Amino acid sequence: MSLVLETKSINKHFHNPVDFHVLKDISFGIEKGEFVSIMGKSGCGKSTLLYILSTMDTNYTGELFLGGDKVTDRDHDELARIRNAEIGFVFQFHYLLPEFSVLDNVMLPARKLGKKSPSAIREAAMAKLDLLGIASEAQKKASMISGGQKQRVAIARALINDPIIIMGDEPTGNLDSKNSENVFDIFKDLSHSQDLSLLVVTHDRDFAEKTDRIITMEDGKIISHGK
Amino acid sequence: MQLNVILDITRTHLLSRLKQSSIAALGVTFGIGTFIVLMSFMTGLNKLLDGLILNRTPHVRIYNEIEPSEVQPIQADEAFSSAWNIVRSIKPKGSEERVHNALPIISTLEKDSRVKGISPQVKASVFYLAGSIELNGVVTGIKPLAETRLFNFDEYIVAGSPESLAKNRNGILLGAGVAKKMSLSIGDRIQVSTARGVLVPLKVVGIFQSGLAEVDNVQSYVNLSMGQQLLGEGKTYITDINLKLHNIEDAVPMTMEIRRVFDVSAVDIKTANAQFETGTSIRNLITYAVSITLLIVAGFGIYNILNMMIYEKMNDIAILKATGFSGDDVKNIFISQAMLIGLVGGLLGLIMGFGLSVLIDNTPFETEALPTIKTFPVNFNPMFYLGGIIFALVSTFLAGFLPARKARRIDPVEIIRGQ
Repeated sequence: MSLVLETKSINKHFHNPVDFHVLKDISFGIEKGEFVSIMGKSGCGKSTLLYILSTMDTNYTGELFLGGDKVTDRDHDELARIRNAEIGFVFQFHYLLPEFSVLDNVMLPARKLGKKSPSAIREAAMAKLDLLGIASEAQKKASMISGGQKQRVAIARALINDPIIIMGDEPTGNLDSKNSENVFDIFKDLSHSQDLSLLVVTHDRDFAEKTDRIITMEDGKIISHGK
Repeated sequence: MQLNVILDITRTHLLSRLKQSSIAALGVTFGIGTFIVLMSFMTGLNKLLDGLILNRTPHVRIYNEIEPSEVQPIQADEAFSSAWNIVRSIKPKGSEERVHNALPIISTLEKDSRVKGISPQVKASVFYLAGSIELNGVVTGIKPLAETRLFNFDEYIVAGSPESLAKNRNGILLGAGVAKKMSLSIGDRIQVSTARGVLVPLKVVGIFQSGLAEVDNVQSYVNLSMGQQLLGEGKTYITDINLKLHNIEDAVPMTMEIRRVFDVSAVDIKTANAQFETGTSIRNLITYAVSITLLIVAGFGIYNILNMMIYEKMNDIAILKATGFSGDDVKNIFISQAMLIGLVGGLLGLIMGFGLSVLIDNTPFETEALPTIKTFPVNFNPMFYLGGIIFALVSTFLAGFLPARKARRIDPVEIIRGQ
């Protein structure tokens, strides 16, 4: 099976205030269509790992491969392009641009990518919103919709450029159980029907247990690959 | 395509903070508006003053200075050439005030391509007689039309016209002070007597006012030929030859040339009005200094507001970066915000500056010194407007650049982690 994402012995230190070895020799891979969760106690380094995997944090040693290509040591502009085209993000806090409409929020990454015409982007964005059942909110301002809706908009935005992997940092951490179940179902559906890879960092054991595989971390090390 | 997205974000950011954006833009508006008004008004005034002096002053004046000879006869004698000659109590030789060989000089200079025009004059000391009053005065014989064409003579005239003097050989243009003292107005008669006792009746065809009471109380103008007649002299008698050149820069070299070639006294406008140029350049300096200070203050306002905006927009910056906008994209968003504020504020400033300039241009401004000026002078030079908008864009670019660079460097991980 082809690996969508792979790491080879990633190490990271925090130097401030004292040297702290936060990630130790992290090596793992995610296959196409796999729905993986990372669990661990607070401070075990799972979020830090996610930021490295997301290419936003470049201050580490080791190697990171996305879709078979090595992305370690590429320059910032190139990494921005990779994030734009190949990775979708869903955060705990919804992180929409509050002054833009829901539709504009979903469209922005595609407009940045610039591969489709504006009308095609609009159509694609509406299709994604429809997929997540919030097409009726498209024209509302992002600050005017509920938390659960915001998270679905964020998922629609993550999907807009048809990425190879979606990463989530506690995507349900801020939602009630009904909404979190909803989000899980959406993820599950995406992974099965569209063969999309998903990597989710979570505290929520119920959520994690429903995923294909749980990677467990402790003190900066992977203690279980969950296979 | 990319630019479109960035401009869209820019627009949304600015519109969602309309109040802040407007205040920032207003800062630019006032800066640029004041700049335009100040420049237009100050250079208008400068131009007016320049016009007063430069347009009415001959670029080169040729005259005959009465002075003692530099070379005394004894120095010409070879027998004394090696001796140390001391001549005491040297006095000028008795000679006429006229320029020698005036007519040949004029006809030679008329052929010179640098010369725009020549106006000969005759000056005579006279007494004005009307009824029992007798006043000292100076009458200058001129060619009225040439004076008007070359030195804006008509700007002095408050009643009558240079043409009426040119048409009437026995006409006289009286100084305002003389006319007032003798209760004379257009159409009245006045008798003028010269030092030699010649008595000539003249008709008042106009009144002129230079604004200097000392001049207006004694000076009058007649036709050149009448001036010569008052002195009892012929057509070759000319006391001053005034030259106007095409290019004022030629004045100094040409004056030296005239002195050498014709052996006459001559003075150029720069020597005659040296202090004037200093005044002009200092006024310009002050104008620029004040204008630029205003714009810098406006620039700091923009810097401040953008800086605050970036702190407010930390989350937006993080999310834009996380979804694939590069640091340069983010920088461009904030720079274009600054420049949009500059563009809108600057354009409004141009409109405000123009409006105020029109207002000033129509404000009454009457002064004795400038009888033909009725309103404040304003210089509507398009270059000020071009300069204003360019300065608005450049200063807002600079004001936006530092905050934008900071936004470019923001690490999205720190923001997202900090939540």
